[in-house]
Amino acid sequence: MQTNILICGVGGQGIVLASKLIAATAMSHNIPVMSAETIGMAQKGGSVFSFLRLGDGLHCPMFPEHSADIIIGFEPAEAVRMLPYLKKGGSMVVNTHPIMPVTAALAGSSYSGKEMIEYLKAHTEHLVLIDADAECRALGSPKVLNMIMLGLAVRQNVIPFTIDDIEASMRAAVKPQFVELNSRALRTEPSAD
Amino acid sequence: MHQEFLMGNAAIARGAAAAGLNVICGYPGTPSTEVLETCAKNNDGSLYVEWSVNEKAALELGAGAAYCGARSMVTMKQVGLNVASDPLMSLAYIGVKGGMVILVADDPGPISSQTEQDTRTFAAYSKLPCFDPSSVQEAYDMIQDAFAYSEKYHTPVLFRPTTRVCHGYASITVRDKEECLVNQPEGFVKDSSKWVIFPRLSYQAHMDIEARNVGLQRVFSEYSHNVLTSAADASCKKGIASHGISMTYVQEALAGKDAPRLLKIATPFPFPEQLSVEFLRGLDEVLCIEELDPVIERELTYLCGKYHLSVSIRGKLTHDVKNAGENTCASVADNIADFMGWEKPANEAADPLPELPVRPPVLCAGCPHRASFYAVKQAMKGKKAVFCGDIGCYTLGNAMPLDMVDTCLCMGAGVNITQGIGRIEPDTVCFAFVGDSTFFASAITGAVNAVYNQANMTLVILDNSTTAMTGHQPHPGTGRTMMGQIVDKVSIEAVLRGIGVKIVETVDPLNLQAAVDTVKRVAEQPGVKTIIFKSPCAVLIKQGTPSVVNQEACTQCKRCIRQLGCPGIVLHDGKVMIEQSLCNGCGLCAQVCTSKAISGGEN
Repeated sequence: MQTNILICGVGGQGIVLASKLIAATAMSHNIPVMSAETIGMAQKGGSVFSFLRLGDGLHCPMFPEHSADIIIGFEPAEAVRMLPYLKKGGSMVVNTHPIMPVTAALAGSSYSGKEMIEYLKAHTEHLVLIDADAECRALGSPKVLNMIMLGLAVRQNVIPFTIDDIEASMRAAVKPQFVELNSRALRTEPSAD
Repeated sequence: MHQEFLMGNAAIARGAAAAGLNVICGYPGTPSTEVLETCAKNNDGSLYVEWSVNEKAALELGAGAAYCGARSMVTMKQVGLNVASDPLMSLAYIGVKGGMVILVADDPGPISSQTEQDTRTFAAYSKLPCFDPSSVQEAYDMIQDAFAYSEKYHTPVLFRPTTRVCHGYASITVRDKEECLVNQPEGFVKDSSKWVIFPRLSYQAHMDIEARNVGLQRVFSEYSHNVLTSAADASCKKGIASHGISMTYVQEALAGKDAPRLLKIATPFPFPEQLSVEFLRGLDEVLCIEELDPVIERELTYLCGKYHLSVSIRGKLTHDVKNAGENTCASVADNIADFMGWEKPANEAADPLPELPVRPPVLCAGCPHRASFYAVKQAMKGKKAVFCGDIGCYTLGNAMPLDMVDTCLCMGAGVNITQGIGRIEPDTVCFAFVGDSTFFASAITGAVNAVYNQANMTLVILDNSTTAMTGHQPHPGTGRTMMGQIVDKVSIEAVLRGIGVKIVETVDPLNLQAAVDTVKRVAEQPGVKTIIFKSPCAVLIKQGTPSVVNQEACTQCKRCIRQLGCPGIVLHDGKVMIEQSLCNGCGLCAQVCTSKAISGGEN
């Protein structure tokens, strides 16, 4: 039994930590795990991703298109960019808040993310949307975006762990004063529009 | 033994430590940097760790330590080996006493490098044994083997993971602390017939090296990480040979299928000849799946000739596999399907994706390099000027709207390239931009060259007091070492004055008017002159409170966006806004705004 997870977004959104928590949880359950992510020049405002694989018989950390059981998209356009990796019937959890690249601002484009969300609605079977930036504001910290996204993803019953499992890994990874905030973030449900 | 989840580079560091490492030094470069950083982080004081001024210095230091019987490791990226190649080629003849591993991380793609050179080819050229791990676990295991072979054969060895191994993570089996080796160096034993290179010694060493390498072909044929796997169907006359991360893509593609005979090459030099001949015998066709150079393909083609084997060897040379860039799971599955004559999964006609925003890497919001480039651009408006760049974050100054990097070649090249342009175009105002770390690594000689040979140019030092691109490593200008010491900084200004530069002006680029005035004043002087733009990296220091746009005063002229291209300035519903989470209050946009509509940036 293998689980392929793809986390994607823009540099600085905390994707690496989200990936690390899933991996740490797998380790504590004695499940083999591999991952690969963007590092270096591409991080500076660029598209970033983390491939994560759990289970036996793993060879390489990357997986081909049409293989992801779940895609966790921290940004709408980045979710669409990685959509070809989703397997048929796979799940998708996406933050609706767009990040406009500087090139779009220069070109006077007004990319809003809405067109991306429409595309995702038309092309996926199991799509869960959340305005995670608004939820961050409600929680009082922009730094918990990754926990909100991770918690929502775990509740889709694709990743073989519970929120409590993930929380145990989170407690070991963040400073004590941030545990309570992150714990609430992990349990954030999307507000009704 | 226990399990840990480690990055490939961390696994290499931990494996080296388990092999009794005494000294590690290197120069930062993606994808190699985390090896040395992991060693420094886990250092209990028994290991000497150093970011050297460049790769050549590191390799020579590592050699000296190995002369004493220490186990030493020198880390760099593939282009760093070019810088270190002078000592490397000679050290191959001299050899070592303690185990010495030169870790060179290759970057197929390339993802963050100038070239797609292959260190396996460099291994054959320098005649040095080379190890090529295919996974994080292999990286951990093979680095220990690399030290053992190095010490046994008294030769430095190359260890060359690629990006996907360096930066991949996996749960792997590692040794407990008590299971790790401890190496006690004997110390330097004087012997000028051994440690002083002379033509007579080199002749004998060359004879010995060639004999040793023939022997190693046989030794490596028995090496446990060079693996020959039989075909699922014994009548299958096809075989696949691969290496490194590509080998795992091959395994991925063959999962659940009748696999042909497989050969994994973990020691590309000396090539495991006997094992490879065993692989080739009885086959009709072999597909070689490699990244970078067709090293295995050439070796197998050669062996077919040498042993009169009628096997068709295919790969990059026969255009069955593409010649440049990275392999992927998908590309390898495609290559294998073509080779095996397997049916490929029908590509369902997916709807085209909507137009996606492109996200090229850009200078960070608040990056002082943006201000430096902008100041020079303003000062040189209307003048015929050339701007030679260099390697670092500031290469990103080439992007629109700054467009301030006309050339970029390799570490430290800009200062010399601008001299060459000046010799042919004396009416051009010549600038070279170099960062502080690159200045120390390899631009000082270029500056001496310019001064002594009477060049007419302005050398601009972009001093952000760190090595930002690779993740903020210290360098001689920062005043701290990887052993945790606080030391005297090497002053860039004192170096420049010491080599005879008469005009050395230091200015804060975030003070736009002062910066522009300085550039104008300095650039019109004859000879070699320098400007040091001094302001700390925006990632490390917050300049002030985030700036805000006063929407009543803003005329929406978008001058700030068009002039600066700062990722912190965005359009929301057609209005210019400053993204509060990105802005570090550098205040440059407020100085560019002609309507005085931007405030903030106060300390």
